[in-house]
Amino acid sequence: MVEFLQFTLSGISFGMIYAAIALSLVLIWRGTRLLNFAQGGMAMFTTYIALEVVRHTGSYWAGFAVALAAGVVLGAVAELAVIRPTLGKPELNAVIITIGLLILLEGLAGILYGGQYRSFPAAFSVIGLKAGSTPLGVSRSDVFVAVAVLAAALLLAIGFRYTSAGLRMRAAAFNATVARLSGIRVARVITVGWALAGLLGALAGVLVSPSTFLYPNSMDSIFVFGFTAAVIGGLDSPAGAVVGGLLLGVVLSYAGGYLGSQGSDLTALVALGILVVVLMFRPDGIFAGARVRRV
Amino acid sequence: MNSPAGAHGGQGAHEARPRGSASLAVEDLVAGYGEVLALDKVTITAAAASITAVLGANGAGKTTLLRAISGMVRPRGGRVLLDGADRAGRGPEDMARAGIAHVPEGQGVIAELTVEENLRIGMMSWPGIGWRRAERAAALAEAYERFSVLADRRRRLAATLSGGERQMLVIARALVARPRVLLLDEPSLGLAPRVMTQVMDMVVRLSRDNGITIVLVEQNARAALAIADRGVVLNLGRVVATAEARALATDVALRHHYLGF
Repeated sequence: MVEFLQFTLSGISFGMIYAAIALSLVLIWRGTRLLNFAQGGMAMFTTYIALEVVRHTGSYWAGFAVALAAGVVLGAVAELAVIRPTLGKPELNAVIITIGLLILLEGLAGILYGGQYRSFPAAFSVIGLKAGSTPLGVSRSDVFVAVAVLAAALLLAIGFRYTSAGLRMRAAAFNATVARLSGIRVARVITVGWALAGLLGALAGVLVSPSTFLYPNSMDSIFVFGFTAAVIGGLDSPAGAVVGGLLLGVVLSYAGGYLGSQGSDLTALVALGILVVVLMFRPDGIFAGARVRRV
Repeated sequence: MNSPAGAHGGQGAHEARPRGSASLAVEDLVAGYGEVLALDKVTITAAAASITAVLGANGAGKTTLLRAISGMVRPRGGRVLLDGADRAGRGPEDMARAGIAHVPEGQGVIAELTVEENLRIGMMSWPGIGWRRAERAAALAEAYERFSVLADRRRRLAATLSGGERQMLVIARALVARPRVLLLDEPSLGLAPRVMTQVMDMVVRLSRDNGITIVLVEQNARAALAIADRGVVLNLGRVVATAEARALATDVALRHHYLGF
């Protein structure tokens, strides 16, 4: 029972990282119907920037804040510089551009910072918490990870639901034609969506890197699990992204915990299994709304 | 579906009046899609606060005309004059902010949003929308006063509305936007005859009581000419007739050739 609790809490912590990546993918998908394969690369790059700031200032929080700001800028610049020119062209163009952007960022990180593994500091202690004498399997740092992503998701949800800017974003995502005809500058809304996605990716990068180390490809596997979480939850659903991330994180934690050393090797296979099962019964993801097809 | 409430909505109606009437003129407008030329030097004029019916068979260019006016299609030539100022080539966002509201055929409602959110979308073309909380509330109250059926369903998703209710929502949103020119593309499409009559009555009220200049594209030529001041008949992208609506309605040869009644 104690093990189960430990694996669950640990899974929630990692699941929140997947949820952050999934949320960033959903934000872009809803606005542009595009999967941003560079999302992990962008998160990796902003984490390198954070590491530089931490080294120069000695302040984790300065690095944290700069990483988030860099994520916003990188997201907006990527949309304006390389994605917008593909508007009105075949969808595959933009997909290939994002893959190219990923290769560019990973190559650039290798040139600037080298390919070696670097440790990234955690915001809080990584020593496991205990309930009495029973270890819980999570640290203060893990709790911070969960709280930070949950707070970001809640802020996004409140912003989308209760502000004019959020209504603009939802209108643009659901029906760009009507939104434009109503005076909403959809192109600007899409840029804001990319900026927010960049912020979430940067958040995921600084939160996961204390556990995974930082190197040019360090976010690749995190991106794959984040993408899986987004598909499981439904690419159109922010709530689905969070639930998909948590589900994936917890199940992978059980697999890694209960299957021993083999479990760690099987995580990708387990993720694929979950994906297949969900898509068999809910092809558009768990949280996809009912679609009306005109015949 | 409930009938809309009286057109004179009391003090709220005054608050939500449009920003003044405007005349609309299209001169030698050329537009198309790829190799296809959908409009070939089309010229029409719509006086302020008038209703102009644009008629013609499928493929005549009616919808493209509205799309070119509202900026959804970039004209290849010609002018779109709003109160004499040429706005051809501007995007739909700019046209909406200039006071041109376009209700496209069959896609005016955002089904995933609530009725109230759809109405709030109509205010997005207001300058300084974020600071006008009281004005926004007054505009919503006025819309609900006019369209009581929407007031009852304000928290429901637009997807749950009937076809007639959706059309009312689209027109209410257009009213909330306070447009000077309203482009309506097939507002009666798919509606029951009784509901269609209500929609046409509402179109007349928008013009007469709110001073909105209306350009109405309608397959039901008889119904459109019955409420319009002027009519324009398009055929294969060209204007073949333009006259007072009453004159077009009594031109037997024209009706047989182009209007099908």
